[in-house]
Amino acid sequence: MVHWSAEEKQLIASVWGKVSVEECGAEALARLLIVYPWTQRFFDNFGNLSSPTAIIGNPKVRSHGKKVLTSFGDAIKNLDNLKVTYSKLSELHCDKLHVDPENFRLLGDILIIVLAAHFSKDFTPACQATWQKLVGVVAHALAHKYH
Amino acid sequence: MVLSAADKSNVKAAFAKIGGHAEEYGAETLERMFVTYPQTKTYFPHFDLAKGSAQVKGHGKKVAAALVEAANHIDDIAGALSKLSDLHAQKLRVDPVNFKLLGQCFLVVVATHNPSLLTPEVHASLDKFLCAVGTVLTAKYR
Repeated sequence: MVHWSAEEKQLIASVWGKVSVEECGAEALARLLIVYPWTQRFFDNFGNLSSPTAIIGNPKVRSHGKKVLTSFGDAIKNLDNLKVTYSKLSELHCDKLHVDPENFRLLGDILIIVLAAHFSKDFTPACQATWQKLVGVVAHALAHKYH
Repeated sequence: MVLSAADKSNVKAAFAKIGGHAEEYGAETLERMFVTYPQTKTYFPHFDLAKGSAQVKGHGKKVAAALVEAANHIDDIAGALSKLSDLHAQKLRVDPVNFKLLGQCFLVVVATHNPSLLTPEVHASLDKFLCAVGTVLTAKYR
């Protein structure tokens, strides 16, 4: 089980409290599809992904980004119980969605950069380290039920 | 991974905007890397890695200068960084996985100091550029 210090929990809560899940989620997913275009392979039914502008404006991207980051919020509420919390989601990503877990790591890295741009100097090295740990743990939990 | 004309233009413009702050960004990149990915400290047993370390600042300056050099010779990064590539292959032998970690931290530094600079398009171009630099520096490993 992953150990979270009081300081880490504080850094997670204080950042999360100020995040617009809808905006950040949309931006993170859009950037994933733009920076790592091969990730578009999972979204054939999303319509127009032909350019950064199209991706950013795509309502399905926005809506799915919000969904993904909302789920991330569940992880934050269940830091001490992540594998169980994400058990069904993990099975879904393996059995139905067939997503390579590497993509969870890519999205995690992108989320960090979105947060960094949003919080600027307040996204201190300690903050970055904690959040990088968090996205890594979330990625691991999501991959846990893969077989 | 091929840098398009647009990528090259984005990278050059980004570094022009970063300008004289490159050294400071280099130092902060290393600081963040050591905190976020403690395993990277294993390459610097001979350094004082405490916050504000003069050695880290000095090394950050070197790293930044190499990135600037690569950006200035973006049509031939392999040529521009040839000696550095030899050094990494023969002497430093930093495991290839670490270049991605450095790249991530550099992007975070740019994002924290200059959020408006890091549009999705520039983010993509810079990420590709940093990948290309890492590839060049590890090209002669075996």
